Amino acid sequence: MKPQKKPATWPNDIYEVLKQVGIKQVAYVPDAGHTQLINSCNADREMKVISLTTEEEGVAMLAGAWLGGQRGVMLLQSSGVGNCINLLSIMNECRFPLLMLVTMRGEWGEFNPWQLAMGQGTPPALQHAGVVVQRVDRAEEVREHVFAAAQLTFNTSRPVALLISQRIIGFKDWSK
Amino acid sequence: MATKTKATLDRRAVINKILEKRGDALVVTGLGSSCYDVGAAGDHANNFYLWGGMGAAAMMGLGLALAQPTRQVLVITGDGEMLMGLGALATIGTQGPRNLSIIVIDNELYSETGMQPTHTARGVDLAAMAKAAQFPRSATITTDAQLKSWVPQLYAPAGAAFVAIKVNAARYPMAIRLRDGAHIKNRFREALLGNAAFD
Ligand SMILES: Cc1ncc(C[n+]2csc(CCOP(=O)(O)OP(=O)(O)O)c2C)c(N)n1
Ligand SMILES: [Mg+2]
Repeated sequence: MKPQKKPATWPNDIYEVLKQVGIKQVAYVPDAGHTQLINSCNADREMKVISLTTEEEGVAMLAGAWLGGQRGVMLLQSSGVGNCINLLSIMNECRFPLLMLVTMRGEWGEFNPWQLAMGQGTPPALQHAGVVVQRVDRAEEVREHVFAAAQLTFNTSRPVALLISQRIIGFKDWSK
Repeated sequence: MATKTKATLDRRAVINKILEKRGDALVVTGLGSSCYDVGAAGDHANNFYLWGGMGAAAMMGLGLALAQPTRQVLVITGDGEMLMGLGALATIGTQGPRNLSIIVIDNELYSETGMQPTHTARGVDLAAMAKAAQFPRSATITTDAQLKSWVPQLYAPAGAAFVAIKVNAARYPMAIRLRDGAHIKNRFREALLGNAAFD
């Protein structure tokens, strides 16, 4: 038998930080790692939660949000980073802030080989696109990392991606 | 394939007729000819000109419309640009912003890159796609009379509107030189938000 996991507390830590820093638009393409956070945001009357067809929509939408004076966040998995690349040029050319919370796949105990390409490619792809890349590997540090990433992006108008390690999220145990 | 009638409307005349009535509306353009046309109609601090980011215009309009629910937001873009971000129609249709109008200047061409036909030349009906994506208001406009009756509707906060305006293949020289993205963004925010833009 596989060990039972306790419910995670870090998704609620993220939710509390998003409230604290005044996030009003939450854009996402679902990832299992973000389920709990998406539910919390959906239950919040002060947040507009926008389900996207593809992650690049979120890049454009959050630029529009900032134009209109609102802060937003995008929740995505590492594969979705690949869908964003060209539109990230807008963030750079215009110096828009962008807070991306990326749940990582394809790196820690991954069972699905198709996740490897973007899992391994996410940090350099983001860096090449001019995004500040930060990473959190421990659940108890998620809160301060999200807060710090939010401060960095909204105070300096630079796009920031916080990669949330697959080690935090946990992985499907594929062993026999 | 759908039968085609030759489009007669002129893109710059169309955009002038729409923007004449802009009031305090906020405008986002797609890249290419739409960007130049909106600039030619008269530069404005509350124009956001995309010079790149093909496929971004409609979603940028959505983010802005959600952030500024009391202001009308117009997205003015090309058929090629809209086709690159078709998923946005579904996202906007399901969000249902009251104050967003998407205006596609549809010459059925990628005119910027050498006049190659787009899928609208092959019968793809963007207005029908918007309708199927639950835009409460959508139409294809081919005549001056239709345009005239639609202009006030584009400024009415009565639910997401989508119009594909069929225009002829005329190309015009670039009339706008303002292209520094950070400047365009900061100017837009300052005009809209005042000092809070730099808080
Ligand atoms: C991702 C990407 N692919 C291709 C291009 C090249 N490109 C620039 S403008 C354009 C055509 C735009 O067509 P449309 O939106 O219909 O504009 P118009 O016909 O009004 O010029 C293309 C393909 C680009 N800028 N970005
Ligand atoms: Mg065109």
